[in-house]
Amino acid sequence: MSIIRPYGDTTGDGMVQLSFTLPVPHDKRAEGAAVQLANKMGMDPALVVHSKAIGPDFTFFVVYGPVNHLVDTSKVEVMERDYPLLSPKEVNLAIRKGLRRRLTVVGACIGTDAHTVGIDAILNIKGFAGEKGLEYYREVKVVNLGAQVAVPELVRRAKADKADAILVSQVVTQREAHVLNTKEMSAAFREAYAEDARPVLVAGGPRFTEQMAGELGVDRVFGRGTTPGEVASYLVDALVTKRHAYRRSA
Amino acid sequence: MPKKLDLDPVTVRKARSLARKAGKPIVDLARQHTTVSVERAVLRLAGLTGADTEGIPWVNRLADTVRADVGLDHGLALPVWDALLRGEAEDLSVLAQKAASGSVRFRMPEGRDAVRARSAARKVAAAGLKRIDGRRRERDRLVKRHGDPEQRPWIYLIVATGDIYEDIPQAQAAAREGADIIAVIRSTGQSLLDYVPEGATREGFAGTYATQENFRLMRAALDESSKELGRYVRLTNYASGLCMPEIATLAGLERLDMMLNDSMYGILFRDINPIRTFVDQRFSRQIHARAGIIINTGEDNYLTTADAVEAAHTVTVSQLLNEYFAKEAGLEDWQLGLGHAFEINPDLPDSFRLELAHAMLARQLFPKAPLKWMPPTRHMTGDVFRGYLLDGFFNLAGAMTGQGILLVGMMTEAVVTPWISDRDLALQNVRYVLGAAGNLHEDFRPEPNGFIATRARQVLAESVELLEEIVDDGLLNAIGDGTFGLMKRPQDAGRGLDGVARKSAEYYNPAIELLEEGK
Repeated sequence: MSIIRPYGDTTGDGMVQLSFTLPVPHDKRAEGAAVQLANKMGMDPALVVHSKAIGPDFTFFVVYGPVNHLVDTSKVEVMERDYPLLSPKEVNLAIRKGLRRRLTVVGACIGTDAHTVGIDAILNIKGFAGEKGLEYYREVKVVNLGAQVAVPELVRRAKADKADAILVSQVVTQREAHVLNTKEMSAAFREAYAEDARPVLVAGGPRFTEQMAGELGVDRVFGRGTTPGEVASYLVDALVTKRHAYRRSA
Repeated sequence: MPKKLDLDPVTVRKARSLARKAGKPIVDLARQHTTVSVERAVLRLAGLTGADTEGIPWVNRLADTVRADVGLDHGLALPVWDALLRGEAEDLSVLAQKAASGSVRFRMPEGRDAVRARSAARKVAAAGLKRIDGRRRERDRLVKRHGDPEQRPWIYLIVATGDIYEDIPQAQAAAREGADIIAVIRSTGQSLLDYVPEGATREGFAGTYATQENFRLMRAALDESSKELGRYVRLTNYASGLCMPEIATLAGLERLDMMLNDSMYGILFRDINPIRTFVDQRFSRQIHARAGIIINTGEDNYLTTADAVEAAHTVTVSQLLNEYFAKEAGLEDWQLGLGHAFEINPDLPDSFRLELAHAMLARQLFPKAPLKWMPPTRHMTGDVFRGYLLDGFFNLAGAMTGQGILLVGMMTEAVVTPWISDRDLALQNVRYVLGAAGNLHEDFRPEPNGFIATRARQVLAESVELLEEIVDDGLLNAIGDGTFGLMKRPQDAGRGLDGVARKSAEYYNPAIELLEEGK
């Protein structure tokens, strides 16, 4: 079944809920405006179930109704995971056998972002979503530089620690700062290293989409909800399974 | 608030005395050192304002030159006022410009020259403190005229657009909707600037720069709102990061009412050097004490990195340390907005009972302090519906345990910076809970040997154990070992270390002298 519609309580009813604020005083005209907006968004008939003044100049609405759009799931583009998901034990084993030394990961929040919640979720032993962070992996050496790390400092530490992979996180951002910061980072690494010696570059954060890797100049992007196990599995795939064969032994 | 938990008074006394023992060596260390920012704060107190064409404040230009000529270890006051007495410039501002262009040399005055420089510096610093005293009296007058909020907890809302001229109407709207306290979040990254930006600012990242002019503009706007609403609306900002002594001074001069000012936050979460932080902390708290400013401490932050159940006792320990440092600096109980937060994983059985236990423990340990109760952030998933319920339980815990300051939680936490409708819904949530259950604390008595009371006693006992370890090990070593928030911060590393100097025998700082006399 590749053609679907939203489901309220009956198959095919197309029901959605929507809330928004319009910059107009609360009156009949405002409710009409809300219906008009919902109609234009494909909700027809649109039922304004709640409207409330927020101060003298704004009105908040909750609208229910069916949308007339159809979704074709066969045309949805997603980035399928192209590496096998490994348990911590399997990750350790793969590194020990394939790399014969510990895999070094240097992580940081770059630019002005002071919010380490993302990088900490992946790196700290505490972890995220019930999975322990990379510090928990015996064969992974984690250097967590924390928040507000300048790109040159990150490059310096990467070289000093002989990093295999760089993880940067961008959580709080305004005016596309997360994109600019990450591009600056990837450009700096490409300049500082020969391509075949460059660490794997990974960017993560809720504002990124996985398709952005090329634009950002990184090897991989992880979005909202990524777990440490996914990152560890990817690193093994990129650094041990795929690359090690020709790179480290060359 | 009557006592509800049967805490052993001997254990409570022991916890306080251990906190004193752990904190005392830090205070000694703070007294033996000065920092560039403490010294620049003296220049700000003396009225030096403005910045050069590159936006670097004159206080920095002057301080850097004096430091290059005579070092930091004697303090800046003697060489600066010596230069003025020698007729190098007619005032501080001209002196700073001359210093920046390299046309004045500084020296450490000796003998009679030193005595004269000392007395001149003291006079000017005293005039600065008098301005702060005047602002404090002004606040007292306005609170008397407009009145305090009718209810406790006071409702605390955040504004963060990056543009002070957008912040102002948002803050006024929030006050109209029921906020008693407006906090203007700072631009991310300001904590690591070693200067305070100048003037009204319109460009910030996830917040607005703390500047003297922004402080003045927002306070004036909220004075209008206070008049309109018939209650005094308080203004909050952040005395943290590398410039906290200067920002504290500006807050005193511009009549801010509350300042975030934690003794260890900068060390743990911004990797600022521990000694730099403790020296800056002590000075900024002395200023806050004098200015009648309520401080807000940052224990909630530990629970964003460490587990809220396992690390509950680190919050209590930090509160006790913050209390000790605050009182040593001259702050009174009513000025201690000690922090804690509703961050226990909601999937954990009895999570709400655990929250109540922790919140009641804080309430009972610090009965006269206006505790600051912080909403869930870590377990806000983006499911705004579930988040709204969680915020409701947070509000209920706040009401049931008599918290002083309630930071309003947003259901869109971790999704977007709050929308106008988020704030409106969040305030409806608070109003409903306070209206429906605001007096529930009168009826609510946990079973003396029940789950809540037992848990509170357990956290207190763990706090005493940890304090004993800290006393044995030394607080600086404990911080280095990652005791708080799982962050390891050694005392010989971190940002701002190059701005710390050990005081010489000739060191003189008129502001510290006056603040300690006034205590």
